[in-house]
Amino acid sequence: MDASELGGLSVAKQVDARGTACPGPLLEAKRAVAACPVGGVMEILSSDEGTMEDVSRWCAKMQHEYLGDLEADGYWRVFMRRKK
Amino acid sequence: MTTEAERDELIRQLTARVEALEAQAPGDALTLGVINGSLDHTMAALIVAIGAAVYDMQVDIFFTFWGTAALRDPKKTAKKGFMDKMFGVMLPRGAAKLPLSHLQMLGMGPVVIKQVMEKHGAKPLEELMKDAAEMGVRVHVCTMSMDLMGIKKEELIDFPGIDYIGVGTFVDMFSHAKQCWFF
Repeated sequence: MDASELGGLSVAKQVDARGTACPGPLLEAKRAVAACPVGGVMEILSSDEGTMEDVSRWCAKMQHEYLGDLEADGYWRVFMRRKK
Repeated sequence: MTTEAERDELIRQLTARVEALEAQAPGDALTLGVINGSLDHTMAALIVAIGAAVYDMQVDIFFTFWGTAALRDPKKTAKKGFMDKMFGVMLPRGAAKLPLSHLQMLGMGPVVIKQVMEKHGAKPLEELMKDAAEMGVRVHVCTMSMDLMGIKKEELIDFPGIDYIGVGTFVDMFSHAKQCWFF
């Protein structure tokens, strides 16, 4: 997905993990995904640059869909779709 | 030409072999050993444990030797004999008191590293332990280490499902795990 598509996504669940260090953002994503409806988009805000690759690989393993990421002011917006 | 009876026998044998292989196959499990007892090594173990639990792996952590001190609860006490008391005084009293493996600097190292960790949003070890518990990580304590160092069950933290085991149980755990690492 390109930046405009990512920016235009309707987000079903947002989790703000900014200011937490490893394994914080991944753990917050795991906790929050239960509250995201299947098929819905979850957005993770993280100030840890490793989160993008962490969430991308985790999605592949858990059979969720990694949609992409956007860089914001001092943090990243990471988008995924809960698939099951 | 194979007869029907020979085919059935072959299928029976293959099924038995597949079942035997399945019984031996490692599960989606990770076994960790914590022996070093430093703040940094123990934190690394807990971070890996939580990461694996996020991946829905079953994680078992075996605390042994110096590692066991991380499980002491500073608010709890236990009745001890002389030697056990001496060990009790010398060993760190819980996760918050662990030394660093490098740059201990007469106790300044841990103070500085905790400030840096807080600044960067890294959770203290006590918090990582709580996250691990919530994620279903299992904690096992080496009974021999407890005996040697005079560590009693009554002075350990309330970790759900915490149990006290020997090497046999540990071997059984890692024989069913994909990986086994020591910290």
